[in-house]
Amino acid sequence: MKPTIFRTAVLLFAACMPLATHAQNPGTVFIQNATVLTVTHGNIEHGSILIRDGKIAAVGADLKAPEGAAIIDATGQYVMPGIIDCHSHIAVDGSVNEAGPAVSSMANIADVLNPDDINIYRDLAGGVTTANILHGSANPIGGQTIVIKLRWGKPASELPFQGALPGIKFALGENPKHSNFPTPPGLQPRYPATRLGVEEVIRQAFIEAREYKKQWDDYNQRKAAGEQNLIPPRRNVQLDPLVEVMEGKRYVHAHCYRADEILMLIRVANEFGFKVRTFQHVLEGYKIADEIAAAGAGGSTFSDWWAYKMEAFDAIPYNAALMAERGVIVSVNSDDAQEARQLNQEAAKSMKNGGLSANDALKLITLNPAIQLGIDARAGSIDVGKDADLAIYNRDPLSVYAVVQKTLIDGQVYFDRQRDIAERATLAAEKQVLLDKEKKAAEAKKAEENPEKKPETKPDKKKKPPQDGGGAVARGVAGGAL
Amino acid sequence: MKRRLRRRSIPVVLVAFCAALLIGWAYTARGEGGEPRYFAVKGARIVPVSGPVIAIGTVVIAKGLIQAVGTNVTIPAEAWVIDGAGLTVYPGLIDAGTNIGLAQDDDGKKPGRPSGAAGPEDRPATTPWRVAADELKTDDKRIESWRNAGFTTALVVPEGGIFPGQATVIDLGGERAGDYVVRPRASVPVSFKPVDGFFGFPDSLMGTIAYVRQVLDDTAWYTQAEPIYQANPTITERVPYDRTEHVLSRALQNNEIVLLPANNTIQIVRAIRLADEWKVRAVLYGGQQGYEVAAALAASKIPVLVNLKWPERAKDGDPEAEQTLRELRFRDLAPGTPAALAKAGVKFALYSGGLDGPKDIFKNLKRATDAGLAPDAALRAMTLDAADILGLSDRLGSIAPGKIANLVVTDGDIFNEKTKVKHVFVDGRWFEVHEEAAPEKPGEKKLEDDDGAGSRQAQGGEGVGR
Repeated sequence: MKPTIFRTAVLLFAACMPLATHAQNPGTVFIQNATVLTVTHGNIEHGSILIRDGKIAAVGADLKAPEGAAIIDATGQYVMPGIIDCHSHIAVDGSVNEAGPAVSSMANIADVLNPDDINIYRDLAGGVTTANILHGSANPIGGQTIVIKLRWGKPASELPFQGALPGIKFALGENPKHSNFPTPPGLQPRYPATRLGVEEVIRQAFIEAREYKKQWDDYNQRKAAGEQNLIPPRRNVQLDPLVEVMEGKRYVHAHCYRADEILMLIRVANEFGFKVRTFQHVLEGYKIADEIAAAGAGGSTFSDWWAYKMEAFDAIPYNAALMAERGVIVSVNSDDAQEARQLNQEAAKSMKNGGLSANDALKLITLNPAIQLGIDARAGSIDVGKDADLAIYNRDPLSVYAVVQKTLIDGQVYFDRQRDIAERATLAAEKQVLLDKEKKAAEAKKAEENPEKKPETKPDKKKKPPQDGGGAVARGVAGGAL
Repeated sequence: MKRRLRRRSIPVVLVAFCAALLIGWAYTARGEGGEPRYFAVKGARIVPVSGPVIAIGTVVIAKGLIQAVGTNVTIPAEAWVIDGAGLTVYPGLIDAGTNIGLAQDDDGKKPGRPSGAAGPEDRPATTPWRVAADELKTDDKRIESWRNAGFTTALVVPEGGIFPGQATVIDLGGERAGDYVVRPRASVPVSFKPVDGFFGFPDSLMGTIAYVRQVLDDTAWYTQAEPIYQANPTITERVPYDRTEHVLSRALQNNEIVLLPANNTIQIVRAIRLADEWKVRAVLYGGQQGYEVAAALAASKIPVLVNLKWPERAKDGDPEAEQTLRELRFRDLAPGTPAALAKAGVKFALYSGGLDGPKDIFKNLKRATDAGLAPDAALRAMTLDAADILGLSDRLGSIAPGKIANLVVTDGDIFNEKTKVKHVFVDGRWFEVHEEAAPEKPGEKKLEDDDGAGSRQAQGGEGVGR
C-alpha cells in the first residue's frame, strides 16, 4: 500500500509540474487558427503564432507550422498577450506588511517569494502571466518589491522576471498614518499620524539616504586615493534601497488616493531627484492627470471601486479612461488574488465607463503595465521577439463569457483548462487516500493509548523487582595486579 | 529508573569493596578516591560506527575516555568489568537539538524582547550573549530520562527571540553543571519568527530576515573596524561597544555554526540562498520537507538537523477545517526525509525538537526507518554525523580510542522497541539502568495528567523499555 501511495504522489507531483510541450522539435510551439489580439498592430483573424525557445518568432495569417512543432489548435479562440497585474500581493510567504517601522525599506519581497502559493495557479487560470508583487501599504516607505512571472511549479529563484528593475512600495494617506487600525491601548502609536507626517517621514528618509550615500562616496574616494586604516561606514539595509531609488536603479510604486498627496509626492521626488514610476490606486488621478503625465509617472488604478473609506470618496469609474485621455500611461490592477482572475473584465469596464476602445481597454492589462514596469520590450503585446507569454480564451476576452483555456509563459503551457478538469478526480482520490490513512493512524493511536482495551495481566508482569539484566559489574579479575 | 552509581549503587560498591579488601586489592580501589574511572565491557558485540561491527570484543574506559576497543585488548587491573555476553555496545546517542536542561519559558518571550522596536537599531529579541551552558538546570528530570534511553549528548538550544543565545553541547551526566558541558559556545541559533504583531519591528518574515541581515552586516563591520581602531587609537574614532556585535563577531570568528530555520521546501531553498549570501557556516534545522529538495541540499553541502517531531494535524484544530492536499502530502511524506537525505548524500543529524520524551523520539524514528532510512544510517545520524556537524567528531560519536567514553550498552538492537538499555556511560561515568516498577494503580496516572511537571516525571521513567 505504502509504495503505491508514494508512487501516486510522485506521479501527481509530476503532473502538477508545468506541462511541457511535448514536441519533437523542442521549444517550437505553433498556435493556429486563432483570433490574435496583438494589441500593437491590430487583430488577426485566423492567425497563427510561431514560438521558438520561448519567444514569439512569427505572427500572421498565413504561417505554416514547422515540422515537429507542438501544435495548439485554437480554432474559434482568442489569443491575447498574457495579462500583467501591476499590483499584486500573491506568492508571498508570511505577511505582506512589515508594519513596525514607518520606513520598512529593509524588508524585501524577494526574500520571501512563495512559489507554492495556490494563487499563482489561480491567477494563471485568469490569464495572468506577470505580476508586480508589492509590499503592503502600512508605511510611508514600505518594502522592496519584485516583478515575477507566474511560473507555477518552479522554485522561487525562477519566478523573477529577469531584467525587470526591482521596486519599492511607498504609501500615502490613511494606511501609513494608521487611520483605520488604531494602535491598541498600552502601545505607543507609531509616527506619523497625519498626511503632513507622511511627507516628513519620506523627506527625512531621503535626507538620511543622501547623507549615507555621501559617506560611502567619501569613503570610496579616500580608499581609492590609497588612504590606510580607514573604517568603512556601516552598511544600512534600510537606506540601501533608497540610494538605489535616487540612482534610478529601483522604481517607486506609490500607493495613493488623494490629489493633494499625489502632488506632494511629485514635489518630494523632484527635490531628491527621482521619479515616481507608478501611482497605485491613484483614485483622484483624474483630477491631476496632466501633472501626473508631466511627471512621467504611470497610473495603476481599480476599474470601479470606491467609497470604501474616507479618502476613496472622490473615486469615479471613469478614472482610467480620463487619465489615459490626458496622456498618462494607465493600467488596471487587482490588488487582490481573486480579482486578478478577471482582470479582463476589469479592463472591459473602461469601455463602458469612459468609452475606451477595445484595444485601449486591453492595453490597461497588457502593454501599459508592461511600460509601467519597464518590461515592454519583453512583454505586453504579441510581437516578434517578445516573450511568448500568452492567454488563450474561448471568446473575446473583453466579454464576460470569456474563459481562459490555456496560459503560456515563455512558450510553455502553465495552465490548461482541459487538463485541470481531467486531473481533479485524481487529486481528489489521492486526497481521500491520505485522509483515510491519517484517520486510520489516529484510530490506532487512540486504541493504543486507551488502557481499558488492554489485558489486565500486563502490569503484573512488570511488578518484578528491578533486576540487573545484563552483566553484573564485578571487580576486575584480570591478572594478578598487586 | 537509572541512578548514578555513586548515589544509588552504594550497596553494590560496598559489597565489591569488601570483597576487594578480603582479597587484598584495596589499594587500587582507594587509589581513585571516589567513583571508579576504569571500566571494561567484555565479550560484547560492539558497534563502533566509525568502523565495522566487532562480533565479540571489549571496550576499555579509562578516566572518561575510551582507552581501547577490539577483540584483543588488555583490561587494566583496576577496571570494573561488565560481562558483555549477549549485550551490544553503541556510541551514546546525540540529540542534535533540544531544550532539556533549560528552564522553560512560559511563552518563549522572556529575553531581549523590547516590544514595539522602531527598527533594526533597537536590536529586538536579540540576546546572543546568553549561553545555554550558563543556564543549565541539571535537575531537569528529562536529562535522566534521555540518558536512560541511550542519549549521552545533546545540543541544548536556547529559545525565545531572533538571536536567543548560543547553544551548548552537553553530556548528559556529571557532578556539577560545569561537568556536563562539552562545548559551551557551539552554535548560534537564529529564528525567523517575527516578534511583534503589526505594532513593532520586526512583525513579518521578510522584516525578520532583513533584520538578521542587518545584524550580520553590523557584525562584519565590527569585525573589520575594531582591529583598525585598536591599532590606530590616536587617529581613528573609537568604535562603540555593542554587545551583540561583540559576541557575534567572536562567535563567527571562532567558526561557530549558525543554525538557520528551514522546515519546508520554500524555507530550505531560501535558507540555502541566505547561507550563501551571509557567508556563515550554516546548518539548517527543521528539514522535514527535505525529501523534496534533497538534491539541492546535497549540492549546497549544508548539513541538516532533521526534527523528529513529524508534522501532525493540529490536535485542537477545527475538525471541519479543509485539509489541503499539500498539507496531507507533507504529513505523509515528511518521515521519508532522512532516507531521502541519506540517499542524496546530505549530511544530517536528528533531533527531538519539541517531543516529550524518548518514547516519542524512538516511535518517530521508527517512522523514518519504516520510510526507508537504513538502521545503520539512522545510527550514524544520531552519533558520528551529529558529532561531525557539531564540529566534535574528534571526541564524540564513535567507539574509538581517545573518544569521550559515551557508551550505551543494550540487550539488543538499539532501535528495536523491545530492546532494553542496560548501562550507559557518560564521560566514563557508569549509569546503571534499572527498570522502573510499573505504576501500582491506574489511579496514579490520572494525578500526573493534571500537572505538566508530573507527567514529564512519569515520562522520565519510561526510558527503559521503549
